[in-house]
Amino acid sequence: MIAITSIGQVAEHYDIAVVGAGPAGLAAAARAAELGLSVLLADENPAPGGQIYRAITTTPVTKRAVLGEDYWKGGALVDRLRPTNAAYAPGCTIWSVAPDEAGGFELGLSLGGQARLIAAGQVILATGAQERPFPIPGWTLPGVMTAGAAQIALKASGLVPSGRTVIAGCGPLLYLLAGQLAAAGANIVAVLDTTPRRNWLAAIAAFPDFLRSPYLAKGLKLMAAARGKLPFKTGVTALAAEGSGKLTGVTVTRGGAAETIPCDALLLHQGVIPGINLANAAGCAQHFDAVQHCWTPTVDGWFASSIPGIAIAGDGAGIGGAESAALRGEVAALDAARRLGRLAEAERDAHAAPIRAELARSLRGRRFLDLLYRPAPQFLAPPADETIVCRCEEVTAGQIRDAASRLGVTGPNQMKAFLRCGMGPCQGRLCGPTVVELIAQERGVSAEETGYYRLRPPVKPVTLSELAALPPTDAAIKAVVR
Amino acid sequence: MHEVKPAEALGFTFDGRALTARAGDTVAAALLANGVQACRQTPVSGADRGPYCMMGVCFDCLVVIDGVGNRQGCLVPLREGMRIETQAGRRHPDGAQS
Repeated sequence: MIAITSIGQVAEHYDIAVVGAGPAGLAAAARAAELGLSVLLADENPAPGGQIYRAITTTPVTKRAVLGEDYWKGGALVDRLRPTNAAYAPGCTIWSVAPDEAGGFELGLSLGGQARLIAAGQVILATGAQERPFPIPGWTLPGVMTAGAAQIALKASGLVPSGRTVIAGCGPLLYLLAGQLAAAGANIVAVLDTTPRRNWLAAIAAFPDFLRSPYLAKGLKLMAAARGKLPFKTGVTALAAEGSGKLTGVTVTRGGAAETIPCDALLLHQGVIPGINLANAAGCAQHFDAVQHCWTPTVDGWFASSIPGIAIAGDGAGIGGAESAALRGEVAALDAARRLGRLAEAERDAHAAPIRAELARSLRGRRFLDLLYRPAPQFLAPPADETIVCRCEEVTAGQIRDAASRLGVTGPNQMKAFLRCGMGPCQGRLCGPTVVELIAQERGVSAEETGYYRLRPPVKPVTLSELAALPPTDAAIKAVVR
Repeated sequence: MHEVKPAEALGFTFDGRALTARAGDTVAAALLANGVQACRQTPVSGADRGPYCMMGVCFDCLVVIDGVGNRQGCLVPLREGMRIETQAGRRHPDGAQS
């Protein structure tokens, strides 16, 4: 592994560029480098691991039990990459992926305040997941964070929320995080579970598969540990963060009655969804996954997207968890090597067969979890008009409903023009899924039909000075010289 | 937030206040470790905001670092002597955030 610390160390061309150093990206980069390909692994974060194995090489948390045994498995992925020749660039943002004239791709990079354009024959996007937006009144108050944010602060910096802490939402990660924070010494005054009771009816058909899945033992242990020790409240139907300027409490509705729990930190979680911005901006086709209830890039059995040469591995192409992400990364790397002519099809298939078998095993039981922890409709499309949906431009649910019904706005792209919704720096990452739900609900159509934002590069803000300082290419010079 | 285990400390300033945080922290984590929950005011209403996702997605931890505005605090490693300031609303061409 060759660590890249400045933009000048990045080569002009790589056989494969991998975006994201979580489990999928680490495994893809390692496999590709082991096959003798030149590899760039670019990652925004300061250290490898992605979010699930966040800070695996640098964490100050030394008590292994606090983060659980699964977390420490991430170390093996980094160890596998170390002896290879893959170039690893931390703190490096990829803001653009576009086809180039040579049949490969041109990537826009930013590192240490400087930008560059480089070429890669194949691209593997391993951009992972983000938490599903969970808009409730007051969710923009300082003191309210995602549950994942608290977990990142714990893994990367050994931080634990001070004061009275409430965790609210739905999904297996909610129980995992509650357990981890409690083990690290947090004062958890309530765990507010919004899992709709009727989800059990939908999920029960998928239960037999779950019984044979690796999730079962893990899940039961988590539930037993969390439920036994922590103050659980189930059947939560509405939430509102209270406070003026900063969080002071959370109002929770259960069985038609509301109560306010004073707290200093509120951690929200409503499952995770693929981070699709880069794939979307690169033009990869996507569809609405009805089970996981989110927009998902469309990929084939090799995790190849609709654009030949761009693969999407890991949770960025559908949530499957860390173990499956690493396996998907390997499969994508094998196919990328085949596309580059470095691996015959038969060799690729032979290498992939055992990985595929493991992948199938790791995903068994997933459907049960997806159905059980599907968020309730009122958390996907907030009923209170004053709830902010677009955190950047401070656009509310009421404004979006009004634009969809009275002004006849039919989709999220048109909504941008009317309300500037999705046009702030986060570029729809925190409002997109909610805007789609609200428009779909208001117009009585499906999310699929409503569509999603059409995103454009740069997918992360890059300064004008960085762009102006880009070394000009021959083509760019020809374009302006007469 | 409070720390599980203190480590080597780096000195920095936030809005002129001298603070310390653990080497290896991001700017956003360093602020949280010092009890700073709000680090920017929004351009639309001027409301206080602070780190929300800690993973580069939400842009609510935007701060001014050494005079450069719109930096995502959760992605920037803290360095000794960093001058971090609240990002107030929009960027102004003649202000401190140019």
